[in-house]
Amino acid sequence: MGQTIAEKIFKAHTVDSLAGGIVVIGLDAVFCHEITTPIAINDLMARGKDRVFDPSKIKAVIDHVTPAKDSKTALQGKTLRDWAQRHNIKDFFDIGRNGVCHAIFPEKGFVRPGYTIIMGDSHTCTHGAFGAFAAGVGTTDLEVGILKGVCRFKTPQSMKVAISGKLEPGVYAKDVILSIIKIIGVNGATDRVMEFSGPVVDRMTMEERMTLCNMAVEAGATSGICAPDMVTVDYLWEFIKDDFPSKQAALEAYQAFAPDGDAVYSDTLEMDVAALTPQVTFGYKPDQVRPVSEMEGTKIDQVYIGSCTNGRLEDLRIAASLLEDKCISPKVRAIVSPATPEIFSRALDEGLIKIFMDAGFCVTNPTCGACLGMSTGVLANGEVCASTTNRNFNGRMGKGGMVHLMSPATAAASAVAGVIMNSEIFCDKGDRP
Amino acid sequence: MKTFNGRVLFLDRSDINTDEIIPAKYLTESAKEALQPYLLEDLSLSGFDPTVDIKDRTIVVARTNFGCGSSREHAPWAFEMNNINMVIASGFARIFRQNMFNCGMMAVELDPGTIDHLFKRYGGKETVITTDLDSMLFTVSDDKGAETFPFQVSDFDLAIVRAGGWVDYADKHY
Repeated sequence: MGQTIAEKIFKAHTVDSLAGGIVVIGLDAVFCHEITTPIAINDLMARGKDRVFDPSKIKAVIDHVTPAKDSKTALQGKTLRDWAQRHNIKDFFDIGRNGVCHAIFPEKGFVRPGYTIIMGDSHTCTHGAFGAFAAGVGTTDLEVGILKGVCRFKTPQSMKVAISGKLEPGVYAKDVILSIIKIIGVNGATDRVMEFSGPVVDRMTMEERMTLCNMAVEAGATSGICAPDMVTVDYLWEFIKDDFPSKQAALEAYQAFAPDGDAVYSDTLEMDVAALTPQVTFGYKPDQVRPVSEMEGTKIDQVYIGSCTNGRLEDLRIAASLLEDKCISPKVRAIVSPATPEIFSRALDEGLIKIFMDAGFCVTNPTCGACLGMSTGVLANGEVCASTTNRNFNGRMGKGGMVHLMSPATAAASAVAGVIMNSEIFCDKGDRP
Repeated sequence: MKTFNGRVLFLDRSDINTDEIIPAKYLTESAKEALQPYLLEDLSLSGFDPTVDIKDRTIVVARTNFGCGSSREHAPWAFEMNNINMVIASGFARIFRQNMFNCGMMAVELDPGTIDHLFKRYGGKETVITTDLDSMLFTVSDDKGAETFPFQVSDFDLAIVRAGGWVDYADKHY
């Protein structure tokens, strides 16, 4: 019987099979940040087990509140920093070199096809874009991952999401994943891996695939996943060129993690995106999604462009292309947070940061802060944010606040309009970004 | 091992997410105990007042997709610090469910029909649940009588609950 990508990865990593279809898998990487890791570190110390299974497989970053905003967040950073130093964890990204975890770890080449990865962060599913199994876990699972390099999962079933058609200009990966979540609902893929495929995914860049996989958890999925192909190899080449004689050889090796033609899926969703228009959320759940055209004119107070969903260079380029020679509406404030120092630096080189600043955006350092209402962009009670992030839960960006999730293009257009607005009105269809 | 008996807090909603259970602004705490006052602070549920309704409750009954959203184990910890060690629902988000068992707590799934019956028959009334782990039975009772319902939890999850958590098990076996 044929196998899905996740089944092939699990087969290659199974350490133990427990009763009830639960398997323990070996981990290729354990990612850590300063919010969910310190309590694991403290617990390991209290148990007299302050050890790590393999310092080269642990990657750590301070990203949620950075620079620290108070004594408590300073302590979280210090706990992670001291631990990384104590255990000789070389890949630790401290203030100045730190970025949003799900942007910086792929950028540094830490994710490879066929890998198993956990992190104490639900959007870990992002890394499935590389053909890896990557799952968010709680602090206890993270603690065991750090100590022993294993984690337990139910044997994963996969949902096949086959995406065909051609995206119209102005419609992006964010619009695709929002429309998928609208169709299957916030628990439509619970306990399953969402395996994205089809010509639309084949044509996507790695950045777009990361946007797609990032929000798989908003439908309840354990991991998003895309089959590795030449786009994956091209992205990774600078990190793997000593491992393979040619890109073709790398591709052939990674084909080991391509799904079989007769793989068995728990569900299949086939969608054609040819008629898809820009999408936006309207409620407190990520499956409450409407076409932007139905939401135009909705009042907003803040625009936020950033996060592990849409804070990458391509996202900034798209937003900047719409903002060039324009100013944001005096009715709104706008914030852009490039997701990593590398993205920030390249955005500077390309003149994007100047476009944002001339338009009236506040440019912050790379951080997760505003997305979950922890820092650098918290909403007041009753305020509304047009945001490129991934969650619109009640109070997510600040108690009593409302979040409308959308693409960077829609967010940029909304910043200029001062209300939710389709980017279509700001450019001719011929010269879309 | 924790116990799973006591007064029920009915939360008649699906998709209760971890931001509602414990808002992210409290994730700066480095000790679980500090989470105690903030449980369900942002829950969107008509008539629910966390400052009054949580007191002396030890079991939560809710609808489906309970604990969706963030991976924060602070959600089970916030329940634990309020002596709530069990959630009964018609479905759970994967990470929340696993976090509960990892903490030696119970996340028990019942079919939607049974959950609906519990809300209709007991919702809004003073209700007590007692749990028999050996025979996998709940007894639900109010002033009008009692009913017994079977439930299923995997042998492994039960072993973790009895052992008090996953860390020691994994350290011993792997």
